[in-house]
Amino acid sequence: MKEILEILESDARLGAEDIAIMLGMDKEEVRRVIKELEDNKIILKYITLVNWEKAGNEKVMAMIEVRVAPQRDVGYDAVAERICRFPEVRSVRLVSGAYDLAVFIEGKNMREISNFVATKLATIEGVLSTATHFILKTYKQDGVMFEDGEKDRRLAVSP
Amino acid sequence: MKNQSSWSSYVNPLVSSMPSSGIRKFFDLVSGTKGVISLGVGEPDFITPWHIREACIYSLEKGYTMYTSNQGLFELRQAIAGDLEAAYGVAYDPGKEILVTVGVSEGLDLAVRALVCPGDEVLIPEPSYVSYAPCVSLAGGKAVTIPTVMEEGFRITAEKIEAAITPRTKILLMCYPNNPTGAVMDRRSLLEIAEVVKAHDLLVISDEIYSRLTYVGEHTCLASLPGLRERTVLLNGFSKAYAMTGWRIGYAAGNPDFIAAMTKIHQYTMLCAPITAQMAALEALKNGRLAMTQMVQQYNRRRLLVIHAFREMGLPCFEPGGAFYAFPEITRTGLSSEEFAEQFLKEEKVAVVPGNAFGPSGEGFVRCSYAASVEDLSEAFRRMASFCRARGVRPKTILGPRSFAGEKKPAAGQATG
Repeated sequence: MKEILEILESDARLGAEDIAIMLGMDKEEVRRVIKELEDNKIILKYITLVNWEKAGNEKVMAMIEVRVAPQRDVGYDAVAERICRFPEVRSVRLVSGAYDLAVFIEGKNMREISNFVATKLATIEGVLSTATHFILKTYKQDGVMFEDGEKDRRLAVSP
Repeated sequence: MKNQSSWSSYVNPLVSSMPSSGIRKFFDLVSGTKGVISLGVGEPDFITPWHIREACIYSLEKGYTMYTSNQGLFELRQAIAGDLEAAYGVAYDPGKEILVTVGVSEGLDLAVRALVCPGDEVLIPEPSYVSYAPCVSLAGGKAVTIPTVMEEGFRITAEKIEAAITPRTKILLMCYPNNPTGAVMDRRSLLEIAEVVKAHDLLVISDEIYSRLTYVGEHTCLASLPGLRERTVLLNGFSKAYAMTGWRIGYAAGNPDFIAAMTKIHQYTMLCAPITAQMAALEALKNGRLAMTQMVQQYNRRRLLVIHAFREMGLPCFEPGGAFYAFPEITRTGLSSEEFAEQFLKEEKVAVVPGNAFGPSGEGFVRCSYAASVEDLSEAFRRMASFCRARGVRPKTILGPRSFAGEKKPAAGQATG
């Protein structure tokens, strides 16, 4: 199971048939395991990592440090879940250190994002403060370097 | 005034009579073609793990730019000794029994030159790596090749060796896991070979550069067999296991007399292996295990894909147990090795190496390296399947150490996920 997850994490397009061959497993067995992983939400989604900047698509991303007053019984969860519901929010993580939630937001332009923070995020009950950091450039995401200079430089044929 | 071509008569006849590598010719052909997927590459598609590169950079920053002792950094030799003992249970004294070389290539040349006298015969199982026979010839020895066949998994047997022995036979040169066939040897066959070696008072040069890339069974180090340690020069290195081909760093291990003799040549010709590569090799041995294991796992997955692909397209192929090569037989296409490689390159833009580049017994085969991405492999084999189909090849069998239960039907279409 771990091996199937590793393979899919590195290339989600590989089908059950190829994975079965690579792991010396039965095709149907691999299908069954993948289905189970999907049903149990261990595999949540198959997505594509896109370099939008290169595609000529201007998007603005920001990382917002959010300080939150934890609530009895639920701690940070209730506020975090509320923040999650906004489609502008790409990711929400509880972190240790000077602030509590690291929230990534995507928008068409800076105004849209500052608007969202000022009117939606900062006004949520329990949110004590926010600090917005606009993303200037992405070098690496999910283990992938965006401008990778390490191409295949091997000779085409060697002994 | 002499014209330029006449200078060739000044070249040592030993060198001018030496055929240039069959790979070279094919390389020029491939280089002239654009957009080629190459399965002709004899090196890992991984780049040296970053921690190894970083350690080397740090060593440069700290000013490690000087010669080392002829035998190499003592700390590195210690690490090599530790690694050999842990992996294969064979102990060497880092002080007198290990020599750090500029890749296995140098180690091989040193071993051959230190041991071969003019007229001595060296037994080489074939298909074989391209440099063995030329190295023996340069040392004044005679390379005696012993053909191995697909039906026997390209393994060499004690009987075949015994049959090739003459009063001039001095050395058996082994390379398992094998380039180009991917063959591996099992311990029992090696024990039988060890008996023949001892009975005829032979020496062994064992190139085990692919030892870590063993997928079926466990690698047996020849020097670890009873009575063989003293008779064997063990050659290994970092190129394949740690994806460090361009660093040119390897080592030889053997009895103190052999290593001293090799060191003598090494000190006059090479002085020492580059210190930067030695520093990197040390880091590889100290902290490289995880990255190596991951790379080996990747190779093995691709290996299984490749075996499957050959079975589906109907090219007989022995299941390779090591290295990163498959060596399918292509005679069913009605083509020779070179014709196959050339036409396949022209029509489908995929490069494979003609089997006869590895000796006459490689005729009828091509070498496909699976040190390539899964994506490239899938595409290359899709093209190979259509290339073979157009020449009347129909799915049949694959030979290998494992038996495959039940023939599978040819793939109706490409799997999508």
